[in-house]
Amino acid sequence: MTIHEFLVPPAVACQRAGPHDQIVMSSRVRLARNLKKHPFPSWAKKPDRLRVLEAIQPAVETLPQLAPHFAAAMDDLTPLDKQILVERHLISREHAAKGAGSGLVVNQEETLCVMINEEDHLRMQALRPGLQIKACWQAIDDLDSALEPKLDFAFTPELGYLTACPTNLGTGIRVSAMLHLPGLVLAEEITRIINAANKLNFAVRGLYGEGTEALGNVFQVSNQMTLGESEPQIIERISKALNQIIEEEENARLLLMEKKSKIVFNHIGRAYGVLANAHTITSKETMNLLSLLRLGGELGLFTKLDRSLTDEMFLLTQPAHLQQQHTEKLGAEERDILRATMLRTRLRDIPRPQAPE
Amino acid sequence: MLCNACKQNEAKVHLTKIVGDKMQKVDLCEDCSKDKGVDDPTSYSDLLMGLSAEPVPSEPEPAAEPGAKCPACGYSQADFKKAGRFGCSECYDTFGEGLVVMLKTMHKGTRHTGKVPAALHQSRVEAQKVKLLQKRLDKAITEENFEEAAQLRDEIKRLK
Ligand SMILES: [Zn+2]
Ligand SMILES: [Zn+2]
Repeated sequence: MTIHEFLVPPAVACQRAGPHDQIVMSSRVRLARNLKKHPFPSWAKKPDRLRVLEAIQPAVETLPQLAPHFAAAMDDLTPLDKQILVERHLISREHAAKGAGSGLVVNQEETLCVMINEEDHLRMQALRPGLQIKACWQAIDDLDSALEPKLDFAFTPELGYLTACPTNLGTGIRVSAMLHLPGLVLAEEITRIINAANKLNFAVRGLYGEGTEALGNVFQVSNQMTLGESEPQIIERISKALNQIIEEEENARLLLMEKKSKIVFNHIGRAYGVLANAHTITSKETMNLLSLLRLGGELGLFTKLDRSLTDEMFLLTQPAHLQQQHTEKLGAEERDILRATMLRTRLRDIPRPQAPE
Repeated sequence: MLCNACKQNEAKVHLTKIVGDKMQKVDLCEDCSKDKGVDDPTSYSDLLMGLSAEPVPSEPEPAAEPGAKCPACGYSQADFKKAGRFGCSECYDTFGEGLVVMLKTMHKGTRHTGKVPAALHQSRVEAQKVKLLQKRLDKAITEENFEEAAQLRDEIKRLK
């Protein structure tokens, strides 16, 4: 079975709902673990990495928590497979670049995904739609505990779980949430929010785009510190920050509708106009405009536009997902044309946005 | 994450830079951070890693003898300086001496207070129990309470 046959189609995946999912697209908790007496992946020679993969993958695959699952060595996946996994946020770009000696195990619900020999021997993550940090932690804590008797993790009572990079030392935990913040961006409040989060030692970065760009107004907030605080303390702290950001985004949307509704309607109307009528469109422009469409849906400007549809279009118009729907190899220009065609088709039955009276 | 300036090396220094009244995030590699004069704290503010009150650490690295290599994996101080990562879990022992200074710049604390593997947790609990029984055993012997001593000895044997 290929990964494409295994994963549920985007139309189904995007139906998954969770608390606060009008702003929080997904939550994630990742744990880093390493085996004793084996060099870390980036320093290990290929035979070392293969030995670690052979030790870890069967142990992970026997866990009932992951059933039904898909497992593969990274060198058995095509570049397109890997890119699809990146676009679905199941593996990191770094892991997609890995070859022999690295592997992956993912469950069908896409709630658990284990990367083997990424930067650490084990990077296991729990994912949930919406704001569900605690549920993610419980799931991954459980998976980690189930692996403990099977694998000999490098751990000392003083330093905790030993990781390749000292920035992950201790708990090895990275808690993050993917946020859609068009209100704060339109209100030009986003820099203030990012700075405030930075002051609390949380990293905020655009999930799409290079450098400081945040295409589609999608941001990822994550903890930076992993040592000197317990996992529940870290989760408590970041949950507080996330709830504050959600409140700020809600306020920004309310304020925009109150004070600058013409500007908001203009943005959303134009976004619909371009998406529903363009004959060629880049992935970058698509992400930014779909973000506005999603906002329009939440502000009640559309009668027939579900969030799942905008999210599905967001995923399907990413380069690898677009390529996957076509057998021949697409160039960038062809992709832009096919992307526009798909958007026109999908939006044909969605009436244009109406500003409330 | 790549360095914003040269776009070649891994960024190790993460800063928030003030340009006019706007703030900008900057991620630099070690070389570029020196070139841009990060050692001059007046041109930058607010190190991202919660160091706002502290001066920029020019070379956060563990101090071991130069040339020291990890006996388990052969990793050297120079390798760490280049990659910012260790070679294996034993490197934390090898290069452990200056580690605390570096960890202070990265984390809330320098001691782990989170999850402990269950087996280790269990063995610690048992070790404590044995210690306690041993004390009672010593007392029983000095008090010539041989019946209790024999019982305690059995119990300790079972736990070990
Ligand atoms: Zn550089
Ligand atoms: Zn080592």
